[in-house]
Amino acid sequence: MDDMMFFTFLAALMGAAWRLATPLIFASIGAVFSERAGVLNIGLEGTMLVGAFCGFAAAFATGSIPLGLLAGVGGGMLFGLVFAFFTITIKADQIVVGAALNLLGMGLTAFLFRTYYVSTGKGIEIAQPVHIPWLSDLPFLGEAFFRQNLIVYSTILTAILATLVLYRTAFGLTLRAVGEHPKAVDVAGRNVATYRYAAVMVGTGLAGLGGAFLTLGHSNQFVEGITSGRGFIALAVVVFARWSPIGAFFVSLLFGLFYALQLMLQAQASVVVPYQVLQALPYIMTIITLVFVRGKGAAPSKLGQPYEMR
Amino acid sequence: MEQVNQGARDHVYPQAAHALYRTLSQAAISAATPIAAVLVALSFGAALLWLNGFTGTDVVTVMVMGSFQDARSIGEILLKATPLILIGAGLCVAFRCSIWNIGAEGQLYVGAIAATFVGTSIDGLSVWIHAPLVMLAGALAGAAWAGIAGYLKVRFQASEIVTTIMLNYIALILTSYLVTGPMRDVSAAYPQSARLVREAWTPRIVSDMRLHIGILVAIVLAVALYIFLQRSSRGFALRVVGLNPHAARYAGMDVRRNVMIAICISGAMAGLAGAFEVAGVTHRLYQNISPGYGFEGIAVALLANNNPLAAILSGGLFAMLRSGSEVLQITSQVPQVLVLVIQGIVILSVVAFAKFRGMFAGLR
Repeated sequence: MDDMMFFTFLAALMGAAWRLATPLIFASIGAVFSERAGVLNIGLEGTMLVGAFCGFAAAFATGSIPLGLLAGVGGGMLFGLVFAFFTITIKADQIVVGAALNLLGMGLTAFLFRTYYVSTGKGIEIAQPVHIPWLSDLPFLGEAFFRQNLIVYSTILTAILATLVLYRTAFGLTLRAVGEHPKAVDVAGRNVATYRYAAVMVGTGLAGLGGAFLTLGHSNQFVEGITSGRGFIALAVVVFARWSPIGAFFVSLLFGLFYALQLMLQAQASVVVPYQVLQALPYIMTIITLVFVRGKGAAPSKLGQPYEMR
Repeated sequence: MEQVNQGARDHVYPQAAHALYRTLSQAAISAATPIAAVLVALSFGAALLWLNGFTGTDVVTVMVMGSFQDARSIGEILLKATPLILIGAGLCVAFRCSIWNIGAEGQLYVGAIAATFVGTSIDGLSVWIHAPLVMLAGALAGAAWAGIAGYLKVRFQASEIVTTIMLNYIALILTSYLVTGPMRDVSAAYPQSARLVREAWTPRIVSDMRLHIGILVAIVLAVALYIFLQRSSRGFALRVVGLNPHAARYAGMDVRRNVMIAICISGAMAGLAGAFEVAGVTHRLYQNISPGYGFEGIAVALLANNNPLAAILSGGLFAMLRSGSEVLQITSQVPQVLVLVIQGIVILSVVAFAKFRGMFAGLR
């Protein structure tokens, strides 16, 4: 590869990395919210699938991408309500309920997809990149940063907004306290369960949005298991990011880079590595992340524990 | 003297009767939860079918009843029950130790790979040696694959939930690489490995049915794991670690060692299940040799309340539902993935009923 080609490759790689990071950014920032409140939701994978399916179905019916995104968020939150009811109200084990919701998400979306859509074989119009005058036409930078669709750009806003809510509002302060010291919140007269419900709703709503991006902003079709582990990878991203929304944004970008690298190297004829090695890259990197980044000290101290009101 | 004895006996017998009554009523209550959970899940499935324009009652008439047609169809149910009982019983051990091994699917695949390797690369052994060798290879490979997650947990505190799931994807990709590359049977159009030599096949129980002795092995191992958990000191230590690792450490138990043992046992069982799928059913390695037995095993263990003995029953039940969902797809075009929905609802119902039972017990 000469220098010119290398830069073209690099620009395309960075553009693809952000796009592929987008579902992870939404899901992991959502997970930061629920985990900060002490709720570990391993059902994110199923939640993202529900978001992907609802988004696809709504856009298929109406032809509108905003409505599709709304349906994705709504579907995710509905799923989150089930999770919250089981884990917060009746205090069932969060991991068991999460595992059940993953099965349910996989099963329900595949069942409905096969019943209604698989035979149509039709896709939907996906969100198109917006052309920003001047910026999109810049050499290198244009391709790398300024030829994305609006959903991709909104990830920056999401990360900033999440940080403001979490660290600069009374709601965020209480939410974090619920994960660290729920008893203090309880004694102060606030309802721990309400805050945990809210945190789970924000988390699953964002996971649903991340899933909906897959069908509305990336691929134009729903495929069974389209999330392929992104819900689980988001959980690892949160650990790496030490439960910070801005951290989750950048760690997701790193994972997006692995995804992009895998896709683009597969297309390069000169690469002799079997494509499966590249395919396994995001998963291997997730494990390595967990091994080398020990942010356990930063974990909310009541993560995964139901709160018993006295 | 005589009178004292008489009095003592009067005192003893009602007590024994009461104990018997209590044991029986407890057994009835603990059986009621899973039965109710299954009924709720089937009703949910029926409602889902009805809402989407299928015949709702098919869930019972076709899915449950339809899978029992003749000896052959019962044999097919037991064939599906084999991996479910193996994985479910193994996961009971891990879950009792509070190790969330979600990676049985990957451990199954690695077991299948190892079994294929031993079954295709060696020739000329007697069936008495080769068939058990294949099973052993599968179990060891599964244990080793699970052991990676176990080691990362005890050494680096890496969450086994995430690592086992990542290892699932890696094992699946590895299988796809092997059957399209190094292990591929080049004479076949479809990516698959060479056929295992005859001596490596798991012996069948009846020669004209696919059912193999794996089901017997599964039942024996489930019973063995039950005895191990309930009666051995190691099993006791695993359960203590699961309930309270701090107390276990305080009592002088090696928490890390127990965690490793628990996750490796569950991995070995899943690996053995993979070996049986290759050596007993397909006789070749394929890209998608498991329809999700590893994930279904989680539901099997939870429905059994993490009791390996009960996993025999819940494994059989899920096998029946899976067979039934195949019949339902053929007769009424209902997508077979319905079975995943039913599994999810079963788990949710089990936890809900267990909580409600606890609430009522608290009221009494």
